[in-house]
Amino acid sequence: MIIAEQKPIEEILEMLAPHKKILLAGCGACVTVCQAGGEKEVGVLASQIRVARQEAGNPIEIIETTLTRQCEPEFMDEAKDLMNDVEAVLSIACGIGVQLMAQTFYDKPAYPGLNTSFLGFPEEHGVFTERCAACGNCVLHLTGGICPIARCSKSLLNGPCGGSQDGKCEISKDVDCAWQLIYDRLKALGKLENLAEIIPPKKWITSRDGGPRKIVREDLRI
Amino acid sequence: MVSKNPKIVAFCCEESGMPAYEHAVSLGLDLPDGLKVVALPCGGKAETGYLMKALDEGADAVMVFACYEGNCKYVRGNIRAEKRVNYLRERLEKIGLSPEKIVFCPVAPASGQRFAELVQREVDTLLGA
Ligand code: SF4
Ligand code: SF4
Repeated sequence: MIIAEQKPIEEILEMLAPHKKILLAGCGACVTVCQAGGEKEVGVLASQIRVARQEAGNPIEIIETTLTRQCEPEFMDEAKDLMNDVEAVLSIACGIGVQLMAQTFYDKPAYPGLNTSFLGFPEEHGVFTERCAACGNCVLHLTGGICPIARCSKSLLNGPCGGSQDGKCEISKDVDCAWQLIYDRLKALGKLENLAEIIPPKKWITSRDGGPRKIVREDLRI
Repeated sequence: MVSKNPKIVAFCCEESGMPAYEHAVSLGLDLPDGLKVVALPCGGKAETGYLMKALDEGADAVMVFACYEGNCKYVRGNIRAEKRVNYLRERLEKIGLSPEKIVFCPVAPASGQRFAELVQREVDTLLGA
């Protein structure tokens, strides 16, 4: 899922400075699970903004809502009536949600309340780690189900660099060396021979290097 | 601006904070008029949303009374409550408010005296005494 964290409150207050009435919109999907932009976080952030603005002698009215999902046009209807009444929306969905808000409610500013961080999962309660960089050409079948793009600090495709030590990456003793993990998993699967297969230089065109990506499924189009 | 009778919302764990409050009342100890007590089944139920909302709705301060470390009936509710309080204290500081507006107070069930003292100390802090 998409992992995000709240922007510094100072930054949020600065964005909202010109406004007296806004919608604060959370999202019921990924950012609810990573506890950055769900209903609870909407409540805490709305209260914090109101208290800050009250204290500054410049009160703000905040309507609170949490959409089922902010990343699909169908769910924008949930915010339609509320948007009529406000000057702007502060979205605490991922960047996709903020952009869909901006596109749907074209005449009103949409501000991001979160920094969208990465694709990952909660390793334990309160700890989130990156797992996929959406490279567009998955190699997990060769690497024991461990992503060398997102989890190796250098995105190496054919084994570790010289910095791998005691299972840790040279960037930090708190970061596992992805290639150690790959080796261990392939060994456990009895597939160490995978390592002899050279993965050719990656065509990054399927990743961000090819420009904005788009998938068209004619079978699905109406 | 804090009035002379500050509004304090005390979120009290039913295993420690509530009995301590009731003990203070039974001893006839002075508690400020502006004190509002909210019972929680465990300190761990002191969600960030409740605490922040109390300030948002006009409380001058929020106090969370829960068990001492090692005494939580649900093992870690008190520890989680304290972490949440600390998280919100940081958030208050970032908007230029005193972190003392949200405090975590471990208490034993039969410590009405301590309960009353902690509330009075909070009032004094708010009034800058
Ligand atoms: S190889 Fe690419 S698609 Fe597969 S997990 Fe890694 S980044 Fe994601
Ligand atoms: S130590 Fe391991 S994870 Fe770190 S850059 Fe080298 S190969 Fe990649």
